[in-house]
Amino acid sequence: MLRRIGAVSYKEVLHILRDPRTLAVMFLIPVVQLFLLGYAATTDVKRVPMVILDWDRTAQSQELIDAYRAVDAFRIIGYVERQEDLARLLDAGTAQAALLIPRGYGSDVIAGRRAVVGLVIDGSDPTVANNAYAAALSIAQHHSTEILRQTLHLDPQQMPGLDPRPRVWYNPELRSANYMIPGLIGAILQFLTMLLTAQAIVREREQGTMEQLIVTPIRPMELVIGKVAPYVVIAFVDFGIVLALGAIWFRMPIRGDMGLLFALSSLFLISSLGFGLLISTVASTQREAMLLTYFLLLPAIFLSGLLYPIQAMPTVLQWVSYLIPLRYMLIILRAIIVKGVGIEPLWDEALALTLFGFAVMGLAARRFRKRLE
Amino acid sequence: MNRAIVRVEHLEKRFGPVRALMDLSFMVDEGEIFGIIGPDGAGKTTLLRILAGVIRPDAGSLRLFDRDLLRELERVRPLLGYMPQNFSLYGDLTVRENLLFFSTMYGASDPAWMERLLHFARLERFLDRRAVQLSGGMQKKLALIGAMIHRPRLLLLDEPTTGVDPVSRRELWDLLSEFHLQGVTILVTTPYLDEAERCTRVALMHRGRMLAIDAPDRLRASLGHPVIEIIAQPIMGVHAALRDHPGVLEAVILGDRIRLVVREGSLSPEDVEEAARGIPGAIVQEARWAAPRLEEVFAHLMHQETADG
Repeated sequence: MLRRIGAVSYKEVLHILRDPRTLAVMFLIPVVQLFLLGYAATTDVKRVPMVILDWDRTAQSQELIDAYRAVDAFRIIGYVERQEDLARLLDAGTAQAALLIPRGYGSDVIAGRRAVVGLVIDGSDPTVANNAYAAALSIAQHHSTEILRQTLHLDPQQMPGLDPRPRVWYNPELRSANYMIPGLIGAILQFLTMLLTAQAIVREREQGTMEQLIVTPIRPMELVIGKVAPYVVIAFVDFGIVLALGAIWFRMPIRGDMGLLFALSSLFLISSLGFGLLISTVASTQREAMLLTYFLLLPAIFLSGLLYPIQAMPTVLQWVSYLIPLRYMLIILRAIIVKGVGIEPLWDEALALTLFGFAVMGLAARRFRKRLE
Repeated sequence: MNRAIVRVEHLEKRFGPVRALMDLSFMVDEGEIFGIIGPDGAGKTTLLRILAGVIRPDAGSLRLFDRDLLRELERVRPLLGYMPQNFSLYGDLTVRENLLFFSTMYGASDPAWMERLLHFARLERFLDRRAVQLSGGMQKKLALIGAMIHRPRLLLLDEPTTGVDPVSRRELWDLLSEFHLQGVTILVTTPYLDEAERCTRVALMHRGRMLAIDAPDRLRASLGHPVIEIIAQPIMGVHAALRDHPGVLEAVILGDRIRLVVREGSLSPEDVEEAARGIPGAIVQEARWAAPRLEEVFAHLMHQETADG
């Protein structure tokens, strides 16, 4: 039995080594995906282009502009004289935020009256708008407090009011790479194992070699294990590559126990391989296998919390996300890599992955037959 | 003396609305070379796939080596060698890797036997060549010795000689004779009637049925109608005229001659020669009695079948 499994695996390795395209898919795609998504899927909004319309032109208005210039959130791209020019820049997308300082702002500040300024934000991209909105407001409030302090001649140490001291744990710089890359590892792992498993088996059927294999005394389980084993190894190698590149290139901290991560990933792989096997029982060509893989993978990508937080989804979709194994894997990856937690807070996810693994694999094994039809 | 190692009774197989096999029954004795001959679509491949356990029949009983094939498939498998119609070894593996892989699958590593098989097939020199780079004939020979790697007692060969050059075809049949001499029973399908001569018995298959099963010479004798061969020019014109002559059942051009199956007692070669000379511009060289060929038997049976159906 072991000899047969070994022979099937050895043969599979020969197929892989002799097909440069498969090799490329296996080792290049994860790296390309990591770089593409590692850079592109960042939600860090910085240096939003801002245009200034200053009708006041006083030392006070200059101070306010400097307050905006001082932060990383905005990049001041220039000044305009007329409201139409401001609108034109926003229309063109050259500027995504604008600060309007009306005439009399400076004298209002000096006289201790309420001074009004205008802020315009391009809302067409909600992520950018949200960030710019929050930053713009926070700068204005900060500056307002500063004006208040100067007007009342207060010592900064004796200012009454709230002094919040926020501290961000686990990812203090709020770098989205630290959030994205662990997620990508999960997605890449799932994509590769599903696709490669499905294709490896469908290829035998497509090329007619399955017919010869069927008539040998090999048992279906031996065939599946033998064929899948090399791809499990490859998945873990890719896992290591992406993890290492994430740590070195994207400076993602790795805080948790890698042994635990590998152990839990294995649970996840069972369901992923099961899906691949399931696809292979349905698809009759490699093209079909590819399409089915994408069909199963797309909802996983969008609903697992890889790109968008699950909390932001409608309730119904949040329920649906419980049916997606990747969801649990992402929680595990992020918790272990970014937070450095142990197994205790992750028992639920581990249990869910185990259940999914056995359910999917069981279903696939039931459907997988040593027959052509 | 000989025992039947293949017993097929009332076999049925449908693919959707198509009845691929209809109430098929036959037996193959140990030591036979049993040829199944028929045109494309006759159901030959379906029958072999069922015998090899690749697909399941809808109805009927199948006994191989006195075991119920459907119930004890895994026990029968080691006794069977199967060669599908299309090349089904791994093109990206070498000859050696393919043979070693399949011998491991059967748990039958026997280097000396592998050597002998390679020698029979004259493939020793190509051990390290990838299968995809072999010629069509060599691929077929490789597939054949691949099917023999575990020393099966029954070989199921699906059109082993289709699409192969005449030299390779001969070599393949020599290989089959070699295995036959070693006591292997062979069940082989082919679209070529001339290959029937090398079989101990032949089944003529058409549209999912077997029209006749017998030894080749007895099949020929079973035609029941005499055959007259005439050499005459212009061949097309003579053929067209004789085809509709009363008493002629079939008229087929074969190379430089026309073969006529005639109703018993209706026409003699002299009558035919006479008739041909009556055709304007025709030159007759010779007309004589001839032995029936399997083609004529097959064509006649097919016509009868169509007339009955």
